[in-house]
Amino acid sequence: MKAYSIPENIAISDSGFIFLPTTGETFTLNETGKTIFKYFQQKRNLDEIINSLLDEYEIDRLTLERDLEDFILRLKSLNLLVEL
Amino acid sequence: MKIAVTGLNATDNPGPGVPVIRSLYYSKDFAGEIIGLIYDALEPGIYMDNITKRNYLIPYPSSGLQNLYERLVYIQQQEKIDVIIPTLDSELFGFVKLEDKLKKLGIKMFLPTFEQLNIRAKDKLFDFCKGNEINVPKNILVSSLIDLMKIPEEFEYPVVVKGIFYDAYIVNNFEEAKTAFLKISSKWGLPIIIQEFLKGDEFNVVALGDGSGQTVGAVAMRKLYITEKGKGWAGVTIFDNNLIEISKKVIEKIKWRSGMELEFIKSSETGQYYLLEINPRFPAWVYLAPNAGQNLPYALLQLALGNNVEKFDNYKVGTIFVRSSWDLITDISTLEKISTQGEI
Repeated sequence: MKAYSIPENIAISDSGFIFLPTTGETFTLNETGKTIFKYFQQKRNLDEIINSLLDEYEIDRLTLERDLEDFILRLKSLNLLVEL
Repeated sequence: MKIAVTGLNATDNPGPGVPVIRSLYYSKDFAGEIIGLIYDALEPGIYMDNITKRNYLIPYPSSGLQNLYERLVYIQQQEKIDVIIPTLDSELFGFVKLEDKLKKLGIKMFLPTFEQLNIRAKDKLFDFCKGNEINVPKNILVSSLIDLMKIPEEFEYPVVVKGIFYDAYIVNNFEEAKTAFLKISSKWGLPIIIQEFLKGDEFNVVALGDGSGQTVGAVAMRKLYITEKGKGWAGVTIFDNNLIEISKKVIEKIKWRSGMELEFIKSSETGQYYLLEINPRFPAWVYLAPNAGQNLPYALLQLALGNNVEKFDNYKVGTIFVRSSWDLITDISTLEKISTQGEI
């Protein structure tokens, strides 16, 4: 099972606004994105994140896993997430 | 204490004069009067409230240094100026040449030397960087259209065609390079610089060198909004130790004595910073620095006065500037006075 972590210098505000202090880039996450991002910050593993999201949202596992994978790829490409 | 500042042309290509003055006022220890030195009766800085106490027209450096000196002698008789802070590239050589004569009039400045100015010139920067292991985009100098034929031997298109003082165009083929060459050379002369095009994000650093190789302070910024002329209209302070360390290395190697702006590009291919340009004066966004915790213009004033300054070691990341246009309304008599009497 792959594990991920948020780089130390990245902070997210309550409104879902992210500022990268080394590059000046800014991003805004929606509610779902914010929830997932915070799970990564809490160092939860992927299984835990999937189970938590299945509890919170009305969605089947297959769709959730596919969407989560897309989101992870996006975060990685923006240097907001690193694979451990 | 009276401080004279140039570059009050706060237009769509703003000069650094007004932000330098605002930085001085920002210091709670500043208790001087500001005198504006202007080249044009419509420089917006003189129409702003609470920026300058009085203003004087001065001749363009191209009209001869003796004219400028004589005008400054007159102004000095009226004002007893303690320090002049020149803020424009085009006038720096003139003020450096006049430094000793102005000192005799009681006017201090904190300027780079001729040698330092030359090292950072656009046509010399490549050699300086190569000699000091600082990443720099590859470039060649060309002086004729025939020289443009060399481009494919040295580079892959696109390349950047740059003027020796101003202007730059990204070109994709020989025809475009030719058009850019003719456009720039007719305006700014020869040689023309052909520079490797690097894809990536641009970062700028405002810094102050004390002349001994030490960096008094340095603040890094990323432009958030860029105008058609390439000017940053909004920006945010960022911190990347690599960027600050390269800037300190440049200051150490040149022993830079004055304010400066370093322009970098972070290659999206290599992740490395490449030094694009060194501007020999504070940038128009310098007012961001005191607001982030480093009042570099005030520190420069202290150095000009011969006072010791403490080095800044940090600043607030995430401080933003957003520039705005603001119409100033005044009576025609203001313009009449500055146009006919040369002072207001």
